[in-house]
Amino acid sequence: MSETAVKPKEVTPQARTASKASDALDARLAALSLPTGGFTAAARREALTRLRDMGLPGPRDEYWRYTDPRPFNAVSPKTLEFDPEAADSPLFTDLDRLTLVFVDGVFDAASSDDLALDGITIETLANADANAEHWAADLYGSLEAAGQSPVRRPFAALNTVAARDGVLIHVTGKPGKPVHIIHRRADEAADVHWHHVIRVETGAELTLLETGMTGARANGVVEADLARGAKLHLISSKRADHQAVGLSHIFARVDAEAQFKSFALSVNGTVMRNEGIIDIIGDDAVAHIAAAALGDGHVGAFHHDDTVFVTHRAERCESRQVFKKVLKNGATGVFQGKILVKPGAQKTDGYQISQALLLDEASQFLAKPELEIYADDVKCSHGSTTGAIDETALFYLRSRGVPYERAIVFLVLSFLADALEEIEDEVLREQINDRLEAWLTLRAKQ
Amino acid sequence: MLKIDNLHVKLEEEDKQILKGLSLEVPNGQVHAIMGPNGSGKSTLSYVLSGRDGYEVTEGSATLEGADLLDMDPEERAAAGLFLAFQYPVEIPGVGNMTFLRTAVNAQRKARGEEEMSSGEFLKVVRAKAKDLKIDADMLKRPVNVGFSGGEKKRNEILQMAMLEPRMCIMDETDSGLDVDAMRLVSDGVNALRNENRSFLVITHYQRLLNHIQPDVVHIMSNGRIVKSGGPELALQVEEEGYGDLLAEAG
Repeated sequence: MSETAVKPKEVTPQARTASKASDALDARLAALSLPTGGFTAAARREALTRLRDMGLPGPRDEYWRYTDPRPFNAVSPKTLEFDPEAADSPLFTDLDRLTLVFVDGVFDAASSDDLALDGITIETLANADANAEHWAADLYGSLEAAGQSPVRRPFAALNTVAARDGVLIHVTGKPGKPVHIIHRRADEAADVHWHHVIRVETGAELTLLETGMTGARANGVVEADLARGAKLHLISSKRADHQAVGLSHIFARVDAEAQFKSFALSVNGTVMRNEGIIDIIGDDAVAHIAAAALGDGHVGAFHHDDTVFVTHRAERCESRQVFKKVLKNGATGVFQGKILVKPGAQKTDGYQISQALLLDEASQFLAKPELEIYADDVKCSHGSTTGAIDETALFYLRSRGVPYERAIVFLVLSFLADALEEIEDEVLREQINDRLEAWLTLRAKQ
Repeated sequence: MLKIDNLHVKLEEEDKQILKGLSLEVPNGQVHAIMGPNGSGKSTLSYVLSGRDGYEVTEGSATLEGADLLDMDPEERAAAGLFLAFQYPVEIPGVGNMTFLRTAVNAQRKARGEEEMSSGEFLKVVRAKAKDLKIDADMLKRPVNVGFSGGEKKRNEILQMAMLEPRMCIMDETDSGLDVDAMRLVSDGVNALRNENRSFLVITHYQRLLNHIQPDVVHIMSNGRIVKSGGPELALQVEEEGYGDLLAEAG
């Protein structure tokens, strides 16, 4: 009797890699306490499918070419060491505003204001999710899903799957004051996911402020849907401590004559990546996205990445991207920005500038500006520069008696001015400027 | 008193000697003018005295009231009483004119061990001085020199001078880019600041500025040194005859 030898099935290198990636994703998901049920259940299931299809990014992914994704892929965040210097200084405290406090990404009702405000409905995701039906059900995860093409953003999908809390804001009027989300950190090893959904109805307006520090590893998503003539201003100031890592995604859909504006200030943080994905779908709309980042490699391996993708799908729309980074002591700055003008998006006015001020030779700025245009009557421009302190301006200030360190602070503020100008409200702009100045002055003394 | 003795200065980048044994004394309360053809070293002199990087002093000295200027950082020279009015004042977006000016005034006061000016006091003084110089209050609120016309920039320089109250003012071709009215305004500002304790070194190409700011002494500079000194009539001679004969005469 003859025996037939059974050959073991051959495993290709690609299959081996895919299997490892799948294992890594499973391990990442298993470490999280995932929510169940509620009106977001379907969206979360779909996001999980997307996430499994995409997998976690690797250093060879084009979109992660300049930033190592491994701190975000790891099963758990590194535990932070308590750093008193990282304590967040208060901001916007003297403004009339409605405050919502989140501790490690979870709403803290006791520390927050009453959520009632004319012209606006505010709920927390954790409270509202118990409802079977909710206005946010159509939106939760939908802009994130739409924003997965043409570029994959797996951490945004992960957020949709894992976020247990956040705010759901429905703006129907013009509330007389801004809403201020304040993040606080309690656990030195918290892996935080928060997810906000904002719907601004026709002609309605909102200014949303967001400040503070979240967990050792933060992953935040904002989905913002602006109806015709709506206005939404997002202003955030993130002072991550020197060891924390953080990711954020803003997905905005901007309809006709609407105005979406965002400004983010970041100081410090080991690895920070902020993505803005703006989809302009209606004629005569405006979208401005701006940021200022300051990093001192001396106090942590600062790496700051702004990645922006603006798509013009309608006529006579305007977009601006203004990104500035100040880098010191071996800090690294990254900017990836794209303006995509779809066929038929005539009279588009797209502008993109990214600039870095290197305060020493050890720091570096990596920029990848892109334009992709399929309409023939448009005005699009982009520019990227890397430079040092202007010696003539430095001498001018010193010749008036301003000490060297103080003169540098002035020149850094001057460099960042274009980005801060994107904050429409003068009072808010001044407060952000004062905060920057205080931080720069503190750093200059060290 | 400003005393410059046998000053030799090299441009570091090009290894080129610019000042070649310049000596000059400006007693307190006097206005001296320096004229000279392009490339004679006039602006280099102003930069070296105020401490700009890129110049190497190879020989000689410069003192203000006996203090060695060349041994100080630019801000220390300012606190010691030296002021350079720039030919082309620098624009600094994002930094308010008032914030800058108040920082400069108080930094100098602190360096001299004097009490700093409160914001209220500062505001009162700066408004009064701006009014004297016909500087619009709106200009004070704007970022340093941003969007200012040539005349406004120069008036802003004079306002800084008025606020900082230096002992020795160097004016580097202040007349460039000014129309007749702006020149009169700037000159009036300078004349208002003249007193027995304050000296001026006015660097200019043209006599016309000296019609408004009457100098005590005029120096002709050529090839890195003073080649001739005299009264205000020397400036008139330059205006009428040019530098040719004067320089030939000086050898």
